[in-house]
Amino acid sequence: MAKIYLDHGATTPLHPEVLEAMKPYLTDLFGNPSSLHSFGREVRKGLEEAREKAAAAIGAEEREIVFTSGGTESDNLAIRGVARAARQRGNHIITSAVEHHAVLDACLGLREEGFDVTVLPVDGYGMVRVSDVEAAITDQTILISIMLANNEVGTLQPVAEIGKIARGRGVVFHTDAVQAIGNLPVNVNDLHCDLLALSAHKHYGPKGVGVLYVRKGTRLKVFNFGGSQERKMRPGTENVPGIIGMGRAIELAVQELDKKADRIRKLRDKLIAGVLEIGDVRLNGHPTERLPGNVNVSVRYVEGESLILSLDLKGIAASSGSACTSGSLDPSHVLLAMGLDHQTAHGSLRLTLGAGNTEEEIDYVLSVMPEIVSRLRSMSPVYAGQRRD
Amino acid sequence: MHKPVYLDNSATTRILPEVAAVMRQVMADSFGNPSSPHRLGLEAERVLHTARRMLAGACGAREAEIFFTSGGTEANNLALKGAALRRVRRGRHLVTTKIEHASVLQACRALEKQGFTVTFLEVDSCGLVDPEQVTAALRPDTVLVSVMHVNNEAGAVQPIAEIGRLLKSRHSGIIFHVDAVQSLGKLPVHPAGWCADLVSFSAHKIHGPKGTGALFCREGLELEPLFHGGGQEKGVRPGTENVAGIAGFGAAVRLCAERREENQVHLAALRQRLLCGILAQIPDTACNGPAAAAPHIASVTFKGVNGEVLMHALEERGIFVSTGSACHSRRPEPSHVLLAMGVAEKDIASTLRFSFSPENTTEEIDYALEQLAELAASLRTLQGRR
Repeated sequence: MAKIYLDHGATTPLHPEVLEAMKPYLTDLFGNPSSLHSFGREVRKGLEEAREKAAAAIGAEEREIVFTSGGTESDNLAIRGVARAARQRGNHIITSAVEHHAVLDACLGLREEGFDVTVLPVDGYGMVRVSDVEAAITDQTILISIMLANNEVGTLQPVAEIGKIARGRGVVFHTDAVQAIGNLPVNVNDLHCDLLALSAHKHYGPKGVGVLYVRKGTRLKVFNFGGSQERKMRPGTENVPGIIGMGRAIELAVQELDKKADRIRKLRDKLIAGVLEIGDVRLNGHPTERLPGNVNVSVRYVEGESLILSLDLKGIAASSGSACTSGSLDPSHVLLAMGLDHQTAHGSLRLTLGAGNTEEEIDYVLSVMPEIVSRLRSMSPVYAGQRRD
Repeated sequence: MHKPVYLDNSATTRILPEVAAVMRQVMADSFGNPSSPHRLGLEAERVLHTARRMLAGACGAREAEIFFTSGGTEANNLALKGAALRRVRRGRHLVTTKIEHASVLQACRALEKQGFTVTFLEVDSCGLVDPEQVTAALRPDTVLVSVMHVNNEAGAVQPIAEIGRLLKSRHSGIIFHVDAVQSLGKLPVHPAGWCADLVSFSAHKIHGPKGTGALFCREGLELEPLFHGGGQEKGVRPGTENVAGIAGFGAAVRLCAERREENQVHLAALRQRLLCGILAQIPDTACNGPAAAAPHIASVTFKGVNGEVLMHALEERGIFVSTGSACHSRRPEPSHVLLAMGVAEKDIASTLRFSFSPENTTEEIDYALEQLAELAASLRTLQGRR
């Protein structure tokens, strides 16, 4: 049976070179980086090299890189960290309705601590309007958090412009770049951001490790306490093999970026065109301003979940939206924010392409999809009713 | 030079080859996101489930009571802050000891800034907490008691079961947390037997990978998560799971559990051999901690010898030890544990921690003893001349 992985938005396979880089740290290089002896020093060296690689990949300085346990922790550390540290200056936070739950829930959680949170709407493509951000800033605003690329519909946000505005108004700016890195250029200076979150397993690195970029001078209040690792911003013995893996993965992710993105974009466009041909299919998200590998469609009269199951039986791994909330029955908050009705949102299918995908695979998907959709539609009472009309 | 003799296993341990093999396999083949609805996702979910079952089995818990974290520090923070912040309405008093790991002490300090009062209990000269003192410190507004099982610097094994029993017989509503990072795999660990509500674990102390730990949380007990996100680990610990790390943790737990009793005997014999050797052969030495300490940790003071100098001299001869907790190795301050035990500051500066693993051999211990005797004597002569 075919084995086609089209869920790179959920997680990516480990790059073989990343695994190679990690291997020594799973055997002989096992020291605790805080240990003063050579077992520790050797490992510390590897850790700092990984930090250099992460810094170089996003145009940051090494001391601005904090390794965390992943994107969720990075987002939380950024948002709650800044909010709690800037409490004296103001209590207003701006974010958008299409953020990842790590950002959205971190912001909303701060309401309980007395913060005022503005959740900006998006347009029909899932894009935040720069003018909305500008208009929402008050003299109480201490933080703006807008993602670089949406994980469900792939829409790219005008982050550089927002960053410029935030900088001009003296507001700290955080961007979740978890989905963007390795797909489009990510440079903290071009984006004018003070904080930026990354996650290794979205760019062919290991799970359980992420980065928070913290521009020097940005004050954070942390939520984990203990030893003095990561300059106390992130205590606890470092996930050494994970960090080594992240260093190598991010180094690889930014190599030949344009070439890789172009190849995937072509496959994506072919896939989108083919799926739209099925009929009664709507493309969610922006037609061009989207992640090179993201396809998100609503197939009318079909439940997303049944579509995913049927595809899985054909050896195709897909998802209905964010993996993090796949257990929940609620429709995607992103699609709802874009103005989709519940039924259309429920019929959404996300196919996210990555480095390993080939044109043959796309052809195969397109060859089985119409049949699956028509079979599912034939079982749908709604669709039957539609046809009688 | 002698092949490396690694006696710093309380700082971290070497990943067992079987553990590394499991991790490599998971990283290469089961790369799915456990939350994904397709086959690859289910496969990854199964990997998590297996590891959860291993850990639950090893400590007599239910699988639903195991929450994976990024390590011991996070488990301790989640336990203390998660439980305390959920119970602010019941009270704002915590009880712990002066010899806890920094992650517990610092979490307590952070809670103090949020309006909590914390009683830090004294220990005796062996580093032991008196259970009666724990109950004496309780107040009507006490919400949580946190006492570690095995101290990471002196190896003192706390009377956890007695503390738990006393606590629950008098004040059943108080949450009891035990930091078992140093005891898992070395001593029996059984939250139910301790009447513990929360127990912290770390993988890299038991020949598993760094970056993974767990918190046992008694069924029905609610915690405030440290941070928000997807619904992973029932929302208590969101974020895509470190699947390979957790798989490695599970494998390490299984191996430790299978060999725990023989390991315990072996470790205790190594410790005994080193301690007896030092005390018999090297004058002016003292063991810190109780006679009945954990089998894998020995804290020894070499009076008049600079501990750091001795540590580096040992390293030159292929022997790796530490002067105390690795988390603080970059800080010049004397160990808070030894201070609490009443060890004089000048003696703390002359103290080394030896911590053993089942991989260590008696031959290694004999080599270490030989070198220690030689180095202690020569360093004392050198320092004496100054």
